[in-house]
Amino acid sequence: MIRVNKLVKRFGLKTILRGLDIQVEPGEFVGLLGPNGAGKTTFLRILSSLARPNLGSVEVAGYQLPQQAAQVRSRLGVLSHQPLLYPNLSGEENLTFFGRLYNVANLGSRIAEVFELVGLAGRERDLVRTYSRGMQQRLAIGRATLHNPDVLLLDEPYTGLDQDASEMLDDVLKKVTREGRTVVMTSHDLARAQDLCSRFDVLSRGKIVATTSRDGLARDGLLAFYRAAISQPAEATHGA
Amino acid sequence: MGLKAISRDGQPVQTSFLRSMWAVVWKDTTAEFRSRELLSAMLVFSLLVVLIFNFALELNARERQEVTAGVIWVTIAFAGTLGLNRSMAVEKDGNCLDGLLLAPVDRAAIYFGKVISNLLFMLIVMVIILPIYSILYNQNLFVPGLLGTIVLGIIGYVVSGTLLASMSVQTRTRDVLLPILHLPVALPVVIAAVRASAYFLQGQPMDLIWPSINLLIGYNVIFTAAAYMLFDFVVQE
Repeated sequence: MIRVNKLVKRFGLKTILRGLDIQVEPGEFVGLLGPNGAGKTTFLRILSSLARPNLGSVEVAGYQLPQQAAQVRSRLGVLSHQPLLYPNLSGEENLTFFGRLYNVANLGSRIAEVFELVGLAGRERDLVRTYSRGMQQRLAIGRATLHNPDVLLLDEPYTGLDQDASEMLDDVLKKVTREGRTVVMTSHDLARAQDLCSRFDVLSRGKIVATTSRDGLARDGLLAFYRAAISQPAEATHGA
Repeated sequence: MGLKAISRDGQPVQTSFLRSMWAVVWKDTTAEFRSRELLSAMLVFSLLVVLIFNFALELNARERQEVTAGVIWVTIAFAGTLGLNRSMAVEKDGNCLDGLLLAPVDRAAIYFGKVISNLLFMLIVMVIILPIYSILYNQNLFVPGLLGTIVLGIIGYVVSGTLLASMSVQTRTRDVLLPILHLPVALPVVIAAVRASAYFLQGQPMDLIWPSINLLIGYNVIFTAAAYMLFDFVVQE
């Protein structure tokens, strides 16, 4: 579903991604872990066609980036720590707007379905600025999945959420990913990542330095794997 | 850009240009008519400019006629900059611009949607300000040629301003950068519009007015074409 070869991204003289290689199979839920500044967000921005690579090849859902960006965008849902919603529009108006941009068929009934899915039924007509942070993030999941994308990219979706809101987001994410979507999520919350993801890749200094499946994790779990991975960034280690 | 993308199953994946453009206009107008953040700021600013000039310049009838075009275009230029800045800042504040750019639409449709919304807001402000100006300065502004010039000038101002606002909004100094970038670029519009407006008010023959009108039309065509080609690059990281 996602194939990236020797991806290089530079901002001026600074190289953020240094020949990154990764493959994600359909239906996988990949947790992309790494310290601050490792290039996780930059990588997701390239996958979502918001940034262009300097070198290397990127293929999402069978389409090449940046050449076939429109095709990729139509199959992609993106959720970041910012909800990307308009505060002066109601929840329903926000989804109507994005539904029009994505040319969603039977928009009215799809919006009702999405509000039900994210647990916001009854709050459709309230302005988004009156929603709590957790509710905004749940509506943002609705925005990201409104057009039934094949691939979901989640960039630190738990940032700024309290415990209750995070648990609600967990439930919504589990529901959304049960539908067989391919998901790539960046997170600093290893416990949450361990709970949700089927595979873990560690990105450090612009490269994937370690990868393992959930089954391949040793008894001491994801934290030990992550620490080992970022302490030896030069060589990749493969847990499974 | 501009080409309709087709997926492997033969279905178009890009939402039609007009549909996406009107979606942006609908979103902007719905949000603005509810919050009135942009309209009220532009309106108050325009009123203040008109009032200040009215009290600062004690003019007789002939002098009023001479300064009218200048005062109107100073009002349009500064209120317009205020509105253009705010219109793009709304997109940047919650990173909503990323949400727009992630949609499978021709990015030029987003640009033209923003242009139409901005144009609409500026015209609303002018519809309110011009009668007030007319009363305060005892000057008849309801001259068809003058109104046409105002519309043409505002189109030029918004077309170039929206493009530059989408550049400046991505910088940390966006509030000060837009006027610095835009006013020199919009100078041909302002000069031609002031000249044509003054001539219309003075009842000069069309031979004298056409060069300014042609300049306005030329500017609008060139900047519309340039923005259509450049907007995708301007918003691309």
